[in-house]
Amino acid sequence: MQEESLLTMRRIDKRFPGVLALNGVDFTLRKGEIHALMGENGAGKSTLIKVLTGVYQMDGGEIRVEGEKVSIHSPQDAQNAGISTVYQEITLCPNLTVAENMFIGRSRGAWVRQNKLEERADEILTKLGIPARSTQLLGSCSLAVQQMVAIARAVDMQCKVLILDEPTSSLDDKEVKQLFDLMRDLKKQDVGIIFVTHFLDQVYEVSDRITVLRNGELVGEYLTEELPQLQLVSKMIGKELEELSNLGDSEEEKIMQPEVFYEAEGLSSTEALPFDFSIRKGEVNGFTGLLGSGRSESVRAIFGADKVTGGTVKINGKPVKIQRPIDAMKHGIGYLAEDRKRDGIIAELSVRENIILALQVMNGMWRPISRSESESFADEYIKVLNIKTASRETPVGSLSGGNQQKVILARWLLTHPDYLILDEPTRGIDVGTKLEIQKLVLKLAEEGVSVTFISSEVEEMLRTCSRLIVMRDRHAVGELTGKDLNQTQVMKTIAGGES
Amino acid sequence: MKKNGKKAFLSGFGQLTIPLIAIALLVVFNLIRDPGFFSIGISHNNNGNPVLSGNIIGIINGASELAVLAMGMTLVTAACGGQDISVGAAAAIAGSVFVKVLKSGSAINAGTVILAFVMACIVAMLFGTFNGTLVAVFKIQPMIATLILYTCGRSIAYWINGGATPTVSSPILSGIGSFIPGVPIPTPVLIVVAMAILFKLLFHFTALGLFTQSVGINGSAARLNGINATFIKLLSFIILGVCVAVSGCIGVSRLGLINHETLLIDIEMDTILAVAIGGNSLGGGKFKLSGSIIGAYVIQMLTITLYAMKVPSTDVKAYKAIVIVLLVVIGSPVIKERFGRWISRLAERRRKVSAKGAEE
Repeated sequence: MQEESLLTMRRIDKRFPGVLALNGVDFTLRKGEIHALMGENGAGKSTLIKVLTGVYQMDGGEIRVEGEKVSIHSPQDAQNAGISTVYQEITLCPNLTVAENMFIGRSRGAWVRQNKLEERADEILTKLGIPARSTQLLGSCSLAVQQMVAIARAVDMQCKVLILDEPTSSLDDKEVKQLFDLMRDLKKQDVGIIFVTHFLDQVYEVSDRITVLRNGELVGEYLTEELPQLQLVSKMIGKELEELSNLGDSEEEKIMQPEVFYEAEGLSSTEALPFDFSIRKGEVNGFTGLLGSGRSESVRAIFGADKVTGGTVKINGKPVKIQRPIDAMKHGIGYLAEDRKRDGIIAELSVRENIILALQVMNGMWRPISRSESESFADEYIKVLNIKTASRETPVGSLSGGNQQKVILARWLLTHPDYLILDEPTRGIDVGTKLEIQKLVLKLAEEGVSVTFISSEVEEMLRTCSRLIVMRDRHAVGELTGKDLNQTQVMKTIAGGES
Repeated sequence: MKKNGKKAFLSGFGQLTIPLIAIALLVVFNLIRDPGFFSIGISHNNNGNPVLSGNIIGIINGASELAVLAMGMTLVTAACGGQDISVGAAAAIAGSVFVKVLKSGSAINAGTVILAFVMACIVAMLFGTFNGTLVAVFKIQPMIATLILYTCGRSIAYWINGGATPTVSSPILSGIGSFIPGVPIPTPVLIVVAMAILFKLLFHFTALGLFTQSVGINGSAARLNGINATFIKLLSFIILGVCVAVSGCIGVSRLGLINHETLLIDIEMDTILAVAIGGNSLGGGKFKLSGSIIGAYVIQMLTITLYAMKVPSTDVKAYKAIVIVLLVVIGSPVIKERFGRWISRLAERRRKVSAKGAEE
């Protein structure tokens, strides 16, 4: 290779109890290169990144930066070696201001002028086109802006290696474009960027090289232009995938009209404006729209996750009152929340306990599920959903993101819901699991379960949903069915071509 | 198969390692210091009944109030991620109510004692509800919320009996506070066992354990799974209220009087410490009741050991602090992680050696 290598990782090993997370993985990053790190859930991407940034200690191997061997035992060591990271889950402090977040832990002396920092922060924010003020509390910014502040912080640290772990999963198209412009800028300044993402299109749009991991092992390193998308996917999941294109061919069958299961009129919550909505038995519909368009808020209102402020709801034609999640659950509604970490998993409890949780709540406190019963439930769903875990008693927090998501899916499937709301079930998940979840949705629908499916990837929704509700500025602006279910039409509606 | 069993054993055991090691060390230390320390004898008490006696009995007996409180405190800690510092003051109130009801009747018989205990329970549960409401409904940090009762509790106890420290004496009370005739084991110890069994049954026949841990670990997720987090937190304080009443009544029965100023004074800190020594996170979430109970005995054994070593009572607290610092540091996540890494490295080496052996 002619390009100068910036970072080399050789034969990296990392072991967790019961799992070999990394097995002799090599990785090379060159100066001024955007290098995509790809792989399924549990392939070891996040682990490799955490080893590189000192969050985990590697069990074997060596890391060199610009040819010099470095030992990284803490995030501080990584920073000193010129390695900066923006993680998948935002790890800044929401109760500090934007400026404080950008400079926390890196001011040279104790006496730093507050307004100097703020001036400097504003300068950087303006330069990068980030819509935030330095004095604003970070927690008051949207997830997307928080993400960008995290990137601004890393950029400002004069890093040689910038790691972006799923940076785009909470950004909309415009913000993604801004980020990519920024990445290309940095590339010109000889920064090496490691880009971890699940969005294949984005990989092809911005990266120069791709390294693929599978099951903790290196599959290979490829030039992006020499590796067609389909081949990349099959390298990631280790099998050919005609299946991918076959999904959703059954569209014609969906045009039957069974009775309506759920119907809401003028439903509103503290977060959602009044809207009408109904779903038939066995129907899969979707809410789409940009981030902040109100799609999550609407489904949260259906489940009673936010305080319901008005409207009438009918289930099977009978009026019901759904004020709190437990009401919705008792009427056969399940809800997989958008933010898995915050609203989904109980991290320190075992896989088994997480799986039985919702069913136990519905049974009530006085009818506990016995140990043996809960074990057989857990084993069943670990098998059915192919959850990769050392055992059913493993704390769910130690599983990879996709497997955590499967555990939460199992939790709701166990309650045998009539209506399942899935808010971004495929976010931050590998291609293989995404496919599994989409298949599962279709299978549930066949069994007569109504499903609302929300995803940032329009393509995914087109593949699974027979009806799409398009939202903009907290209003439903269109409903697409049949022939209109295509990318262009969705984009047009989102953009406001018609309403 | 065998390996799996061992692993499950270790992981289930993990949290109890520190308190059990602490107990073991204290036992060994005492045996070396004075081989007769743990001798158990049978003596006759004032009523002429044969009863068990000896340091070990004294320790187990003396820790009773602490152990009962530690059980309730564990639940509050797990659900709310904070502690109730008013348990001592609340126990003084419960004890005062107990005595007040006993005094109001003409004679003390089994009926009046039960009535008095029930009244003490109700009052303590009401105060628990007060604390719990502040924490669960108004979302005040537990330590701040319970600071109110901590501050005023002993004044309330003072009002209940009009500022006096009345004595009560009855064979029934001495039966509760020391020995039931014919039973050589101190009654408070039996009460601790009974409470532990009650808790065990509570966790077995309800899903309270799962709900409490879910609320403590991730309140937002628990709510979205339909758990009424407010109720669970409130309930933990009410259950602690029962524990407060039980320990307050034990305390009164032991002494045969209520002194609102001194009854179970400073016990709140020992209670919190027992929970911590038991390996429970004071930030809430996963918990182990058995850990807290063992923690209570560790504290008591430490105190008695120091007294047995003729450490002046003024210095005992300082020595206790040294031991506790050691325990807490050994149980800290940093040390645990280092130790865990060391263990896995050892296992790794052994695996390599055996693999090599197999090749040859």
